[in-house]
Formats: sequence, structure tokens, C-alpha cells
Amino acid sequence: MSDPATAAPETNRPGWVLWLPLALFVGFFVLVMVGLFRPADREVASAFIGKPLPAFDLRPAVPERPGLKTAEMATGKPKLLNVFASWCIPCAAEAPQLAALAQQGVEIDGVAIRDRQEDVQRFLGQYGNPFARIGADDLSAVQLAIGSSGVPETFVIDGKGVIRHQHIGDIRAEDIPTILAKLQEAGG
Amino acid sequence: MIAELGLAMLWLAAALALLQLAAGAGALTARGGELAGIVRPVAVVQGVLCAGAFLSLITLFLRTDLSVKLVATNSHSLKPVIFKLAGTWGNHEGSMLLWVTVMALCGGFIALFEKRLRQDTMLATLAGQAFVSLGFYAFMLLSSNPFERLAEPPPEGNGLNPLLQDIGLAFHPPTLYLGYVGLSIAFSFAIGALVTRDVGPAFARAMRPWVLGAWIFLSLGITAGSYWAYYELGWGGWWFWDPVENASLMPWLAATALLHSSTVLAARNALRAWTVMLGVVAFSMSMIGTFLVRSGILTSVHAFAVDPERGSFILALLTIYIGGALALFALRASTISEGTRFAAVSRESALVFNNVMLSAILGIVLIGTLYPLLTEAFGEKVSVGPPYFNPMAAIFFVPMLLVMTVGPLLRWRDDRAGRTTGRLALPALAAAIVALGLVAFAPVIKPLPFLGMALAVGLAVASVLPLIGRDLRRTPLPTYGMVVSHLGIAVALFGVGSDSAFSIEKLVASRVGETHSVGPWKVTLRDIEPVAGPNWTALEAALAASYDGGSPSILRTQSRNFTSPPQQTNESALHTRWNGQLYAVLGEEADDGRWQLRLWWKPFVPMIWYGGILVGLGGLLALIGRLSRDIKRTRAEAKIAYRRERQGR
Repeated sequence: MSDPATAAPETNRPGWVLWLPLALFVGFFVLVMVGLFRPADREVASAFIGKPLPAFDLRPAVPERPGLKTAEMATGKPKLLNVFASWCIPCAAEAPQLAALAQQGVEIDGVAIRDRQEDVQRFLGQYGNPFARIGADDLSAVQLAIGSSGVPETFVIDGKGVIRHQHIGDIRAEDIPTILAKLQEAGG
Repeated sequence: MIAELGLAMLWLAAALALLQLAAGAGALTARGGELAGIVRPVAVVQGVLCAGAFLSLITLFLRTDLSVKLVATNSHSLKPVIFKLAGTWGNHEGSMLLWVTVMALCGGFIALFEKRLRQDTMLATLAGQAFVSLGFYAFMLLSSNPFERLAEPPPEGNGLNPLLQDIGLAFHPPTLYLGYVGLSIAFSFAIGALVTRDVGPAFARAMRPWVLGAWIFLSLGITAGSYWAYYELGWGGWWFWDPVENASLMPWLAATALLHSSTVLAARNALRAWTVMLGVVAFSMSMIGTFLVRSGILTSVHAFAVDPERGSFILALLTIYIGGALALFALRASTISEGTRFAAVSRESALVFNNVMLSAILGIVLIGTLYPLLTEAFGEKVSVGPPYFNPMAAIFFVPMLLVMTVGPLLRWRDDRAGRTTGRLALPALAAAIVALGLVAFAPVIKPLPFLGMALAVGLAVASVLPLIGRDLRRTPLPTYGMVVSHLGIAVALFGVGSDSAFSIEKLVASRVGETHSVGPWKVTLRDIEPVAGPNWTALEAALAASYDGGSPSILRTQSRNFTSPPQQTNESALHTRWNGQLYAVLGEEADDGRWQLRLWWKPFVPMIWYGGILVGLGGLLALIGRLSRDIKRTRAEAKIAYRRERQGR
């Protein structure tokens, strides 16, 4: 915008210098037009994708399901890791989708963030329990360690315990095909 | 009902802006003379109506009226009142309304109080102001209506981004906004002056208080923003060259240049075209910054509306206003006759040099900010950070500092170099002593911080020299303002240099009861306890910190969890001494019961922000001086006119 060349104070100024600011602005305009209308991938990609799950060992959040250990995550079969909480409304909204996935034979493990046992039980009683295991993450330590910034989030974990895909926010019906495709990829 | 009232006032204000533009433009034509009378009153009423609309929105937020979409998406009934208030402008639509309100109020104030400008330039200025406002009214009324109702109000609102739930952030954006938008006045003045070819000292004097006002708010806003980033984000830094930060720095650089060049124009009737150009550029930088932040075109830690559609709307506005103004400039600037000449060694030359350096820094910041966009157009993602900005800015900042020490001592028009060299001995000596001290006691310091600290001390001494040998009671306030502002730059620079030269950082995994040393401090982790706030829960670490074996003081740092929306923030703990700050952040729980703890000892770091405050204070002194001089002059003129009238009878 402001080029030092135009700074020469009112002496011996050729006429074209006066048009220079406008020319620079046109350059700016072209640049942002390109930037604005080029389809960019604005998806937030976790830095943890492609990395193995960090080591953790969570106590069971509810007595009726076992807790969650990293060692048990590498079972040779891809699975989903769902970060949820009983106090989170979108988590309730995604419950039917998780149930549908579980019914199709997808293994889902849960991490309950900052929750109490009775609240988790009430939540599961109300919205169903698609989880094979549920670990209690009282201090969000695991949540942060796997690069999740909120609830709900769902990770696709491959058979070796490596994070393959991160879904931020609740899973909606239209997201199911993507999730299944990612599971398929992770299985291969 | 309040929402509808607000919307109605907004539409009316927009209609009046259209009338203001039409009447102002019409009055400039040969036969439109009688239209001139309505322009000023219309501008005043437009300001009042727009402010009314903004007050309506504030009321809706204070009441948490969830039937209004904006309130439902950005507020929550449990939120503390102060953040409900801040929620009004902590979002896209609300901040746009704040923007246009400030513009409309400024227009109203010009209409009421500005008496120095020629009538036709005044009309052109108000028409220009209305023209710019109209675009923003259209933006709100057509694409982002802040008063939109929801068919079914939700039971509870979404809340406000927890990072923004901080007292600093409640008032930091409006401060910056007053600065950004205040520059729209300079823009309108420049357009008015270009239209009527009336660029002279009167124009500069009329514009200067507005530029000063905007500049004060920008200075304070940037200072506050930097301090907020420092203590709230928990990373211990105070400037990151983030696009959002750059968006506030660029208008400040342009406004600083404009302030100095308008002084030359007011005092010496020189730098005419250049001053008008800067008037256009300063506000353009406000708009370009806003666009870059709002359009989602650049990724930033705190860009807040990722929306290409809104982006295109702002881009259209940008093109019309900036492109139009620059075209007008290109067509008219050659017809603004040249100003008075001056010699190579003179106050004017120093100010021209300052302008060139500031513009160069501005160019560097702009290029660095846009560069990722440029490479992305060619399919490569890069981020440009401190390794580019710091040295590049320093190349121009250091010579500017040197001239800053001399400039205020030079006489207008023509001076001899020999006259001032004697007076520079003292600052040079001070800088040399600091440089020698640093070499002796801190030999491993990097060149830039070294240079910065030595120059800062030299500049600090030099900046008070203009007061020496003067009758202090008769020294005009603007001179004090200049002294205080320049001193503020020196103080801030010293803090920056000291922070980057002497900061000590320590990351430890600590058990409760363990003690760690960082610089002269011993810090013990006393305990960790859960605490709860109105809308968050947290783990709070109590730290006992003692300086150099002294008695310990307790610091508390939290890692907070917000539930709606879910997010975690780190509340840093600060302990400020006269010679620096201890900074502590609680991290996560590591394995085996140890806690991550990040500790910094930052000698003299608060001087960065004290300096910023001094810069703003200097501006305020200058503004008060200018305004009171104006008021005195107006009164004196009225008295003379009155006497003449009586003698005539």
C-alpha cells in the first residue's frame, strides 16, 4: 500500500507515481480474490493424526464396562474412540448415530471427560450404551494428549493403535459414510 | 420489541446517511446551495439514531433475550453481567454495529463542532463520511442483521468463547475500534479535501485532533491487547506477529506517520499530497485488517468469522472505498500545488525521514501478513513469523530511533547540523554507558536486544532534551505530549530488549512440595485443589515464590474448564516486582502424580506496557493542548467580532 517510493516529498515527481498506490491496491485485490474463492481445505487437522495413541490407563467410568488402557487399543481391528461427557448436549444428539455404528459391528470405546459415575450411568441409561469400554478422564489429561479440544470428538484408531482420523463435533447421520470409509481405510 | 426498535433505528440511520450523502454532494454543485443547510443536522440525527440502535443491542444482551439470534448464539444466562455486556461486541454482527455507531457519532461530532474547514470542504467531508457509513449499514441490513429473531427461542444460549471471558478483552476491542473507526474521519477529510482541492494548514489542523484521538485509542488498544495475549494465552510472549495483531499495528503505523506529516502541513504548509495520501492509507489499513481477520482468508489464533460470503461483502466495500479514494488521489494529487520547500537539515526533513521509515515498516508488515496468501495461491502453505518480521522491521526501526533523538531538537525550515550535535552528547553518553555495562555484565546477549536497550536509554535521555532550557510553565502541552510519547517508545523498547535478552524459562514436572529455582526466584508447589467459578471449574495450583531468599508470596494459577462451549484455558499467575515479573502456568498432570509447571522470570518486562501507556498519555496531552488552544482561539475571535460590531455601530 505504502511504498517508500511515493514518500519522496513533492519534488520532481513523475505523474505515474501518483497511480502507484492504486496499482498496489489492485495487486492486493487480485491476491485476495484468488484466496477468497479458491476452495481451500479449512478443516482443522489434528497434529496427532498418524501418530500412535499416547500411553494412558483410565479407570472404568461405570462398573458395567471395563476401563481403557492404551495396550488394549491395538487389537488388530480398527475402532472408534469417542470423547464424550454426560453434561454435553451435542453428545446426546450424536447418540443415535453411535448406536447405529455399534449395530453395524463397529467397536466403539469411550472416554468420559470430567464426569461422575452416576451421571454417566444416567446418560447411558437415557441415550443407550454403544461402548465396549469406557475410561474416566477426570482431568481431561487423555483428551488433551490426543489433541482433542472439546466434546464430542471421535477418533478412528487403526489396528496398531495409531490415530487415523479425527471427527470434531457431533456425528450426524450424513457423517456416517465418511466414518465408515475411514474405518475401512484404517482396516487395510 | 426492543429488537424491532433497534432495527427500525438502524434503517432510519441508514436512510439519513443516504440523505447526508445526496445533500452533501448536491450542495457542492452550482445550483444546490440551499441543500447545504441540512447536511449538518442530518449528520447529528444519524449519529443519535445509530447510537440508539447500539444501545438497544446492549439492552438485549443485558437481558439475555434468547429470542434474538445473536444473543442466543453468543450469550448465556449464567454469564457474569460484564461479559454479557462484552458479548454485545464480541461477535461479528455486534462489532459491525459498534463500528458504524462510532462512525456515525464521529460524523455527528464533526457536524456540531468543526468550524475551521471551508464550507465546501466540510460538506464534502460529511458526504464522504456518509458514503463510507452507507456501505457498512448495507452490510448489516442486507447480510448480517444483528437484530434477527429466532422462530423458536432456545432454552439456553451458547455462551461466549471462554478466551474472551476476560476483563481485558471486554474492553480491548472497543478501544481498538475507536481507533480504527476514528481514522475513517481522516479518510473522509482526505476525500473532502481532494474533492475541493483544499489541502492546506487549516485542513491539517482540522484533521489533526481526530487523528490524535484515533491514535491514542489505537496505542492503548494495542498495548492492552498485547498484555492480554501475554497473561491470558499462557505462552509468556507479548507479540507474535499474528495477522490479527498486525491488523492493529498497520493502522497504527500509518496513523503515526499521518500524525507527524499533518504537523508539518499544519506548521509549514508542506507535504500536502503525502498527508492526504496517508489519510487514505491509514483508514485503508483499518479496513484491510478487518477484512483479513473477518474473511477467514488468513488463519490466525483469533480470527473469529470464517465466512467467505461476508468476506466478499467486505472486499466489495474495500474495493469501492479504497480503490475509489486512491483513484481520486491519482487524479487530483497533481493539482494540489506543492507546499513550501525546506532544507535538508530541518525539523521537516526529520519528520519526512520518520514518515519514510514508518511507511517502510508498514510495507514490511503488510508483505509479511499477505505472503502466506501469496504462496498459498501457488499451492504452498507457509507461515511467516518473528524470524522474518523482527530483523526486517529493525532495519528501518533503528535508523528511525536515531533520527527520533535528533528531530525534536531541530528548527523548522533550516538548521545547522552543528547546532544540535553538542546537545546530543548526553544521550550518546548514556547509550554508551549502557552498552559498556551490557558488554561487561551480559557478554552473551544477542545483537538486536543489545542495540535495542542501548538505543532505548539514549532515546529516553534525548526525548526530555526539548524541555531543557525552556520555561516549563510556558511550554505548550503538545510539546509535553511529544516528550512523553517519545519517552514511552524508549521505555517500551527497553522492556522489549530486556525481555528478549534476559528472560529465563523453566519447564518442570513437579510433585506437590517440590521447590524449583528460576533466575533469582525459588518457587514451591504448595498444593493443587479444584475450584469452581460461575461457569467453569478449574484446578488451581498454589505456588509459594520467594525472591532472592526473601519471604514467600503466594501465587495461584489455574487450568480452567468451561462447559459451554467446552474449552480449556490456562490462567497464568503473575507476580510483579519493580525489576520484572515472575510468570507461572499450570499445565497437565504428568504421570506418577507430578504436574507440569512452566515458570518464567522476565526482567523489566512490564516496561513494554508502561511504555505503551506513556505513548497514549503523550497523545492525550497533545490532544488536550490542541483542543484548548482551539477553544481559546474561537473565543478570542468571537470577542474581536463582537467589538468590531459595537464599534461599527
